[in-house]
Amino acid sequence: MISRTVVRLGARSIFGRWRGVLLFVLPVVLVGLAALVRGLAGEDTDATEHVLYGLGLVVVVPLVALLATSGLLAAEIDDGAIAYLLAKPVSRYTIVASKLVVALVCVVAFGAAPMLVAGFVLLPSSPSVAVGFAVAGLLGGTAYCAIFAWLSVLTRHAVVFGLVYLLIWEGLLGGLLDGIRWLSVTRWSAEVVDQIADLELVDDLPITYAIVALVVVMVGGVWLTGRRLQAFNLTGDE
Amino acid sequence: MSEIHIDHVSRWFHNVVAVNDVSMTIGPGVTGLLGPNGAGKSTLIAMMSGFLAPSTGTVTLDGEPLWRNEQVYKKVGLVPEREALYDYLTGRQFVVAMAELHGLADPGSAAQRALSVIEMTEAQDRPISTYSKGMRQRVKMASALVHDPTVLLLDEPFNGMDPRQRIHLMDLLRGMGAEGRTVLFSSHILEEVEQVARQIEVVVSGRHAASGDFGAIRRLMTDRPNRFVLRTADDRLLASVLMGDSSVRGARLRSEGGIEVEASDFGRFSQVLPRLAREHGVRLHEVTPTDESLESVFAYLVAT
Repeated sequence: MISRTVVRLGARSIFGRWRGVLLFVLPVVLVGLAALVRGLAGEDTDATEHVLYGLGLVVVVPLVALLATSGLLAAEIDDGAIAYLLAKPVSRYTIVASKLVVALVCVVAFGAAPMLVAGFVLLPSSPSVAVGFAVAGLLGGTAYCAIFAWLSVLTRHAVVFGLVYLLIWEGLLGGLLDGIRWLSVTRWSAEVVDQIADLELVDDLPITYAIVALVVVMVGGVWLTGRRLQAFNLTGDE
Repeated sequence: MSEIHIDHVSRWFHNVVAVNDVSMTIGPGVTGLLGPNGAGKSTLIAMMSGFLAPSTGTVTLDGEPLWRNEQVYKKVGLVPEREALYDYLTGRQFVVAMAELHGLADPGSAAQRALSVIEMTEAQDRPISTYSKGMRQRVKMASALVHDPTVLLLDEPFNGMDPRQRIHLMDLLRGMGAEGRTVLFSSHILEEVEQVARQIEVVVSGRHAASGDFGAIRRLMTDRPNRFVLRTADDRLLASVLMGDSSVRGARLRSEGGIEVEASDFGRFSQVLPRLAREHGVRLHEVTPTDESLESVFAYLVAT
């Protein structure tokens, strides 16, 4: 189900381009800001929530997922190099799943782990907050990867559409309209934090719903992406 | 021995028809797919390699569909037209990875064999980003050959190659054809195709315009009516004399001066014209073929 060759090529493609640098910058900013806030405000639960939720879960995790996934899929689809993976007797689902394994490692390394570190920097007295945000970062990031994988095979402008979706839907509308919480990856993962750390980031969202929704998005994204890749059109320059 | 069967295939993109009711069978040996740019060659190769679904009709390899069927790649090697490769790998790493994806027992030695066949062993440990166009083309070739396919599809493989590389690739393709593999390559250059291909399929404007060995195609292309514009000292006299010869189908005096001649037999016309002009004391100032471009050759083929 997972091809080690595709994983290896994927890992090299991420760190062989400028995207790799950006992936390092995001967690540095997160942990740096956490240290700054801790230094200025001390151990403060409100400030911790703002940093880990407002910057970590809403900005860093989705961006890591977007950069990793589009670097793994969209770039190769755009320049046509993906043809070399697809012209092989390998299931297209295997190719998608293997690429998402790499994206997942990126989410852990550049999303979830920095959240854990930032959480411990901000609020060492209550480790459940750090753990909660790290788990939420992992689950939310994975769901985002699945969404962006699908976007990558759907459109040539996956990064643009991904950013618009993050800014408008998850960011702007998610903040303005309460009902969006039923259809928002960030709100679902925030509910996971609420459960683990006993916070109140989102109101009135059953944890079961949040978990099921996250899993549905993950599985659905992989399935739709694989299906789309099975019908991949390679056209020449003419 | 493998055979690609294209049966009444059309393919359109929105309201543009790229391939129009084409039927052909590509068997063992080297086949050249000849046509001007934009004729639908790449679209046809995409359908033959399972990377595009026909809008109507069927494309099969030994009876199996190519679309949504990854298992066909055990038999098929594809050299795409586009340049993009995994630039951050070395040539060898890339070909080894391709061998692994094919599930070969010994990817390392399969890759080495493919690289030495295309004479890339010297540069194999350099990153692909440093390769010239011709070297990239050869690495693409190695990746397509690594699993010893019975079918090899190449989209404009000679683009960007220098003459020596071109000759080497031609030899290679000829050899593979002689081994009984089904080799198909596309090109818009007749000379290129007739040097390698036993069988030539001509496509123009999405249609299958002609099919045959290179002798037949060459005759079709040179025996067509040729048009010339002549500027002479006495247009009317020469026009009337030319009309008397069997190699000329028509001669028209142009209002702006000069004669427009349509010759049905190019070889004879080229001998007759200077002789008649001399005999009748008409000085020839200029003889200009008006439709020598390959596109007009193809256009003629479509019209017949």
